[in-house]
Amino acid sequence: MRMTKYILTDILRNKTLIVYTFLLFLLSFSVFSLEDNPTKGVLSILNLLLIIVPLISSIFTTIYIYNSSEFIELLVSQPVKRSSIWISLYFGLGFSLSLAFIIGAGIITMIYQTDSTGILLIVSGVLLSLIFCSIAMLTTVYNRDKAKGIGASILTWLYFSLLFDGVLVFLLFQFSDYPIEKAMMAMSMLNPIDLARILILLKLDVSALMGYTGALFRTFFGNGYGQTISFLVLGIWSLIPFLISLHKFKHKDL
Amino acid sequence: MISIENISKSFGKQEVLKNISVSMNSNECIALIGPNGSGKTTLIKSILGMVPLVTGQILIDNNSIIGSYQYRSLIGYMPQIGRYPDNMNIGQIIQLMKTIRGNHVITDESLIDDFNLRQIFEKKMSTLSGGTRQKVSACIAFLFNPKILILDEPTAGLDPLSSEILKNKILVEKGKGKLIIITSHVLSELEEMISRVIYMQDGHIRIDASINELLEQTGENRLGKIISKALN
Repeated sequence: MRMTKYILTDILRNKTLIVYTFLLFLLSFSVFSLEDNPTKGVLSILNLLLIIVPLISSIFTTIYIYNSSEFIELLVSQPVKRSSIWISLYFGLGFSLSLAFIIGAGIITMIYQTDSTGILLIVSGVLLSLIFCSIAMLTTVYNRDKAKGIGASILTWLYFSLLFDGVLVFLLFQFSDYPIEKAMMAMSMLNPIDLARILILLKLDVSALMGYTGALFRTFFGNGYGQTISFLVLGIWSLIPFLISLHKFKHKDL
Repeated sequence: MISIENISKSFGKQEVLKNISVSMNSNECIALIGPNGSGKTTLIKSILGMVPLVTGQILIDNNSIIGSYQYRSLIGYMPQIGRYPDNMNIGQIIQLMKTIRGNHVITDESLIDDFNLRQIFEKKMSTLSGGTRQKVSACIAFLFNPKILILDEPTAGLDPLSSEILKNKILVEKGKGKLIIITSHVLSELEEMISRVIYMQDGHIRIDASINELLEQTGENRLGKIISKALN
């Protein structure tokens, strides 16, 4: 944990992260100034955040870890537990990416949409940052080669943001004769991006945009309960991939 | 001090260390040499716990290193390639190392002064040359006055003057009765320091003898020649 402070001082001065913060700021500012209705603004921001945040979080984490590989080796040769090195890295990266999101998109959102919806949007953004940081750490720990690791990170992002929905629709049509609602809901819990979307849309209560899984969530759980469940599952998502990577890192050949 | 017992290590199908047993004691300066891919770095990494052991064991001061991390406070390690986070400066790296070891430890900062690093403490790591980063690695290895020093290609990339400073430091530490393990491909620069040679090939130890024994056996006085004669 003592290392987290030093890792943070390094990441917070990283140019890529500063540019990312600035980009988020620019996008959210222009979205809110273009839309006269702040709810529409939140929806536009949501669509942006669902694409950009996972992409940048996973790629930034992947590249940072590969670039630090020699430094991680040096830390491992010091009298310190391997697990505390890996945990410090997750804290450092997760905190910095979340902070970038809060400064870049959160402040503007709170100015234009000062209510629980605004807060929920920020919380989802932070959770997505943590989740994709954690998934990226899992990807890097299993790939020794940097190019392969970055490729794998981009593929996971592509899978969660595009391919997953395709698979879902495919299954929906294939099994449309059967009662597959519950299975579909379970499936959507396997995709954090989908869950984040459902979480915000349930809050905004815009049924037209909710999509199939969102509508299912509402029918089965109601708005409030549906939000709690998707929120909890997102929390689990930010931990499980990281914990698996931690276990692997403890026994890894460096 | 370090006692290695029957360790083997494979990366996938490739067997890198094949049932190696060797012991190393204080007051020794060991040259660990051998061709590329002979298993030198893997042996060092096993001692440092960077490569977890599957078979065999390593004892340091009679305690097994398996499952332990505290023993590494006895070791100073200088890696072959030193790369550090881009946005930290030299001072922060050294401070970080002190924080890890506990700030109460008495430090040996003579190398920092000899290399004149204090003037550039504020410089970011990304702006430093390879040689300067190598100096930082050396300072970290010697910083905590460890009983065991493991130096992987210590002078590669250093200018002749700095290389000389580092060699002198190694000799000073040798005089204090420490165990020093050096790998290098430049045999000539090892000659003046070492007391024992371990030559590895294909995951085995081919030669393990004190330098005096080798001198007598071969009748040569240059390390390169000694090794090639001893191998035949």
